[in-house]
Amino acid sequence: MDAIRLDLDGLAARVSDGAKIALPPDYSYCAMALVRAIIARNVRDLHLVGVPALGFQADQLIGAGCVGTVETAAVTLGEFGLAPRFSASIKAAGIRMLDATCPAIHAGLQASEKGVPFMPLRGVIGSDVEKRRDDWVIGQNPFAENDPILMVKAIQPDFAVFHAPLADRFGNVWVGVRRELMLMAHAAKSSLVTAEKIVDGNLLDDPVRAAGTIPGLYVGAIAEAEQGAWPLGIPGGYDADQDELARYVDMARTEDGFAAYMAGTKAVAAE
Amino acid sequence: MTTVNDGVRAEEILIASIADMLDGLSHIAVGASSPVPGAAAMLARARHPDRTRVSVLGSEDNNFFTDGGKELFDCAGQGRIDAFFLGGAQIDGQANINLVSVGNPDKPKVRFPGSFGSSYMYFTVPRVILFRLEHTPRTLVEKVDFISAPGTSEPNIYRPGGPYALITDRCLFHFDREKGRFSLASVHPGHTVEEIREQTGFDYDELAAVPETRLPDAKTLETIRGPVAAQIAEIYPGFAAEVFGIEKAA
Repeated sequence: MDAIRLDLDGLAARVSDGAKIALPPDYSYCAMALVRAIIARNVRDLHLVGVPALGFQADQLIGAGCVGTVETAAVTLGEFGLAPRFSASIKAAGIRMLDATCPAIHAGLQASEKGVPFMPLRGVIGSDVEKRRDDWVIGQNPFAENDPILMVKAIQPDFAVFHAPLADRFGNVWVGVRRELMLMAHAAKSSLVTAEKIVDGNLLDDPVRAAGTIPGLYVGAIAEAEQGAWPLGIPGGYDADQDELARYVDMARTEDGFAAYMAGTKAVAAE
Repeated sequence: MTTVNDGVRAEEILIASIADMLDGLSHIAVGASSPVPGAAAMLARARHPDRTRVSVLGSEDNNFFTDGGKELFDCAGQGRIDAFFLGGAQIDGQANINLVSVGNPDKPKVRFPGSFGSSYMYFTVPRVILFRLEHTPRTLVEKVDFISAPGTSEPNIYRPGGPYALITDRCLFHFDREKGRFSLASVHPGHTVEEIREQTGFDYDELAAVPETRLPDAKTLETIRGPVAAQIAEIYPGFAAEVFGIEKAA
């Protein structure tokens, strides 16, 4: 079956107000071009799920006022430090924050992947992270006595949103070892994917490549986007544009600077 | 940080001290944004290349995981990771760590990135080394404002892991899990026992004579400045340029 192929705006149009979207961390394959297209549509009240942490994508979506809830183990810009629009928004109580811890996000997605309501996880008990989550429950290991264990409610995003180096016309998406994208795709109701290149052949025909490929079954629609992770990089592809990221971090310190940055990036993209 | 003794940089003393605590372990994992612990892990590996594996989150050259972001945590849950590093905007005397916020978490004065995997790794990894470069009463506090991960747990909580030591820019503390308290283990060159008492917001134990943290020997320095510096540049180019004056290889 052929995949639904759209352009960036077409993909972005599928994300409606209030959608729960799963996003990868900056070191994975981030669909930055698609995120800019979502921002351009003025989507509101998104629920972001960081798998397991968020970075530039979330900071830009938050800065643009697209986000209502952030569920993540962290929001960080790595060597560039704190995420400025995220920090400002938290201080102003402008977003609902669901602090998590990395493996709890993975566990919640794994529960959805299996179609079960929750997933047990070691650790976490006694932390304020656990105490502040009413969707996490401390239960009892049924196979032992007096062994409390955390149960994390299943997380089912409406969309997994990510980029990939390669896809084919059937919607099969190669992600290699970046298998958090596989987990996101399995757990979400549907995935919106951009790829550097969409080829005519079938990626599943090559057994070496098939193991790192998400089948089109999980993919709602794809769009070709060369340099789609820019200004982030893609591992094994191109490096992050350090100058551009630094320029963002500098400008995003203020609300006005952020707006000017986004307007400028939009103008460059339109050329 | 500045040069302290005989041309040895403070970072190099920290790297060597941490590596001594990792000696001979099978698998050391390092989280994001941790250049000094990362370099220490690489030094430990350079000393035992046939025994010690190092996994660095976010690295391409020092990461052999093939099952995505969750594999590190699955490994830890199974007991396949021996040592890990955690920091904290605040760390208190019971080794509780705070990576979230200062003040009321619903309307914080300062917001930090978040807890990452700390709430889990602190329970599952046997030797967790706390690392904090700012040693002041502001960071080493009596009680943290938010517990990302607790230092100790009730006896019925499954917990093979926990805090092992806390190393700062001034000193090294060991943590006693039975007592739930730190004790001052050594003071870095250029710092004093009195200064540490003054700059620490929590109470801790102290022996009558506290030794000075020893300087790395010539062979250790050579390893740090050679292979370790080159390896760390792939992951933390900014750090490698600042501390070792090297650029990332093309």
